[in-house]
Amino acid sequence: MLSTTLVAELSQRLMPQAGEGRGFSFPPINTILRWQDLIPGINKVVMISIASALIGIVIFGLAATKDARKAPKGVRNLAEIAVEFVERNIIMETMGRSGMGWTPFLLTMFIFIYLNNLPGIIPFLQMPATARMGLPAFLALMVWVVYNATGIKHQGFFGYFKNVLFPPGVPKALYILVTPIELISTLVVRPFSLAVRLFANMLAGHLLLVIFALLSAALIQAETMRFALIPIGVLPFALLIFLTAFEILVAFLQAYIFTVLTAVYIGGATHPEH
Amino acid sequence: MEALTRIANASVRVAAEAGSYTAAEAKANAAAQMAGLAYGLAAIGPGIGIGMIFGKAIESMARQPESAGMVRTTMFLGVAFTEALALIGFVAFILLKFA
Repeated sequence: MLSTTLVAELSQRLMPQAGEGRGFSFPPINTILRWQDLIPGINKVVMISIASALIGIVIFGLAATKDARKAPKGVRNLAEIAVEFVERNIIMETMGRSGMGWTPFLLTMFIFIYLNNLPGIIPFLQMPATARMGLPAFLALMVWVVYNATGIKHQGFFGYFKNVLFPPGVPKALYILVTPIELISTLVVRPFSLAVRLFANMLAGHLLLVIFALLSAALIQAETMRFALIPIGVLPFALLIFLTAFEILVAFLQAYIFTVLTAVYIGGATHPEH
Repeated sequence: MEALTRIANASVRVAAEAGSYTAAEAKANAAAQMAGLAYGLAAIGPGIGIGMIFGKAIESMARQPESAGMVRTTMFLGVAFTEALALIGFVAFILLKFA
């Protein structure tokens, strides 16, 4: 008998149209993602991306003023770890030694994206700046320009497009199929998927956190059936903590994947396979 | 039993009110209801694909531990490409549900 009333109560609570308008309802998307302008033209997302750019500049600027001959510590240690990570795990694995000249570009990109992803889990900020399409779209557009320009610079305009459109080692008859696919994939799908991957990952993580935070708040602050609903409310709260830890990993992984893919595209444009 | 009746009554009430919807509202409702299904369908393929990628990567790392670094980078590349499909499904979900 108890379980039936519990289910009834829950269904009423979770589906407002079945009850009398009280209970749990998910807010419209704009209240989660659209922020008031703090200063005209500057809202929270813009603030976060400006702040993360400044933090990156300050960290590496401070690290550069330290004496390079002494053992690194503090800020310099952090900066050296970041540089080493980008050189070893991103550039050496994808472009090889000849790609070392790209370290500044890829390092800046990695740090900027990572610092933009992190506010998604920092209390009171709780909004990854990359969860709005503007920033990922711009970054992907920049990468698109960079790798196409690199290809044209290294192989010449016709050489680059010959390598892109007619990849060597394919039987002649298959070019009817391969050429349009390669054209669309290089010029359209690459930047699109780069932008959507970063944006959707961060938005999905943000929405997950919002859902479980709202659910645990609704259950723990329940007005009726407190004896049953408060213990149930502990479950989404535990999952919320777990997901927050998971989001730290996702923030790092997405910055890493974005940078690795950039490196792969640039590497492919520099040295075409023969 | 009581709960089931209540849920059934609610859905009947929703269905009865459907007659008074305008075409645009009906369309928006249908889109919102299909959104979850759309994302569920989009997640099947990439789920299987990512499982296969990780499984094969672990296998090759266990066979040849010295190539672990290269395998890991390539694995994340593969995961990124496969995951993109699921994420496009998620974007479609957001567009259906909220736009």
